[in-house]
Amino acid sequence: MLHIALRQQRGTFTLDVNITASTPGVIALFGRSGCGKTTLVNLLAGLSQGAQGRIVVDDQVWFDSERGVQVPAELRRIGYVFQDARLFPHYSVRGNLEYGAKRAPQPPSAARFDEVVDLLGLAPLLQRRPGGLSGGERQRVALGRALLSQPRLLLLDEPLASLDAARREDVLPWLERLRDQLQIPMVFVSHQYDEVLRLATEVLVMDDGRVVAQGDVASISLAPALRAIVGPDAIGAVLDGHIERMDTATGLADVRVGEGLLQLLCADASIGRRVRVQLRARDIILATVEPQGLSVRNQLRGTLCRISPDGDSDLIEVDIGGGTRVLSRITRSATQQLQLRPGLVLWVLVKAVSTRGYIFAPEATA
Amino acid sequence: MHTATVYAARMNWLGEPELAALRLSLDVAGRAVLLNLLPAIAIAWLLTRRRFAGRTLLDAMVHLPLVLPPVMVGYLLLLLLGVHGPVGRWLDQLFGLRLVFTTGGAAVATAIMSFPLMVRAIRLSLEGIDNGLEQAARTLGAGPIDRFVSITLPLMLPGVLAGAITAFAAGLGEFGAVVTFVSNIPGETRTLPLALYAALQSPDGDALAARLALLSFGLGLSGLLAGEILARSLRRWLGR
Repeated sequence: MLHIALRQQRGTFTLDVNITASTPGVIALFGRSGCGKTTLVNLLAGLSQGAQGRIVVDDQVWFDSERGVQVPAELRRIGYVFQDARLFPHYSVRGNLEYGAKRAPQPPSAARFDEVVDLLGLAPLLQRRPGGLSGGERQRVALGRALLSQPRLLLLDEPLASLDAARREDVLPWLERLRDQLQIPMVFVSHQYDEVLRLATEVLVMDDGRVVAQGDVASISLAPALRAIVGPDAIGAVLDGHIERMDTATGLADVRVGEGLLQLLCADASIGRRVRVQLRARDIILATVEPQGLSVRNQLRGTLCRISPDGDSDLIEVDIGGGTRVLSRITRSATQQLQLRPGLVLWVLVKAVSTRGYIFAPEATA
Repeated sequence: MHTATVYAARMNWLGEPELAALRLSLDVAGRAVLLNLLPAIAIAWLLTRRRFAGRTLLDAMVHLPLVLPPVMVGYLLLLLLGVHGPVGRWLDQLFGLRLVFTTGGAAVATAIMSFPLMVRAIRLSLEGIDNGLEQAARTLGAGPIDRFVSITLPLMLPGVLAGAITAFAAGLGEFGAVVTFVSNIPGETRTLPLALYAALQSPDGDALAARLALLSFGLGLSGLLAGEILARSLRRWLGR
């Protein structure tokens, strides 16, 4: 369990958070630049001071301003992966990896060293100097270095922000592997919604020094507080489900989400795997009568829960059974013409090609 | 420095007074650098990495020798470290150490004059080291001393080396403070510039003065060049 209750005033900016999150898992701190994410993470790491409150990680008190507890950063055993990697230029990649390992209270075994090197694909880089590595390679080395220091908590401060889109795709799958194969709690800081969607098990949405929403990704994806932070195109329900059937010929997977079944394209999937699906609100069509003769693969019956205006259109929240909700963005004139109101039975149409499932296995099942 | 004097003697180009002055200059400048090394690293580190009351004052004090007349520094040393001075008397009584009119005294005067050069070079290299690297080391479990030895010190080596060589080259030519504090005694305190000055004072010293001037010029230039080349290869080794 991770408990952070902190208050800090810096000039006109106030950080004021009180959060409890379960571990292990990936806790994403999500918000715009300047919302206080890095401030919070540095306080958590012990790299900055001057706050009031308490930090408890599992059963250890790292900070308690009332009782005067302040565990120095070097004793907190956090694996901190910085945005800019911060590899030591005068050590080889191997030297960098060993730096944290040598200083761990229980240094990792040689087998564990090789395991991390394998996990992150670092073997070909071991003899090289950090100066000659690409941005993506640097971040992987930084990740390995942090992991080998045997951390209690892994802090990732926008580890992908300094990379271009292609490099980001190089590193993201490694992060997913870490999440799925290791039991280390992670705090992942990001201002990129799609990264959060792919990695997080729990999300804290921050705005102006405060946590404005907290919950699992599915509930956060529906939270009104999110709408002010992500663009209108990124709004949409995120559903966690598992693969029930797989048609290898067409690449279509049947994904069970709550009581509903969604057909969608899902790469490298196998039956039983957990997947996360984002259904963008702008891609979802609503019908008041059961439609026929459409190419759309998914027609889910549901009940309208809520209509909330967002910009120049409306967001319609529909329960597709068992409390699973999806969002659809439609024009205001459509809302009026179809006479939409809470309680109405609707058909939700989802094109299989407009969504993508991400393999997601927070438990070490792989 | 030994090879330099042997080489010069073999060339049969330099006489005994020049060789003595050269040997003494190298000795004094070398000792001054050794004396300065640790304090310069410590003060450069304090000035770049710590915020404390009196930091600006300390900064100014360090740079004073650059702006004060060297003769004044020598005079101050004479007052402080002379046999009757407060520090000098104490050194004499406790250790039997006398600085006035000795090579050791010349080294102390030279050290003080070249101290700012050394601090500046080290400070410059420290400012170039991203504080974030020390933070990263900290999160990996390295305590303050560990961090300094494993990260900060190796990365500032080019600066330390550049500072040491500049200070050494400058120390070879220190005149005012030395002549005031320890006088101009052949074989004891008569370094190159003092020998040059003495040669200029004597009616038939023109040839000797010219040779000494040439020697000083060559030494200074090669010192600076060697420093630059060393620092460059060290930087490459550090991957920067």
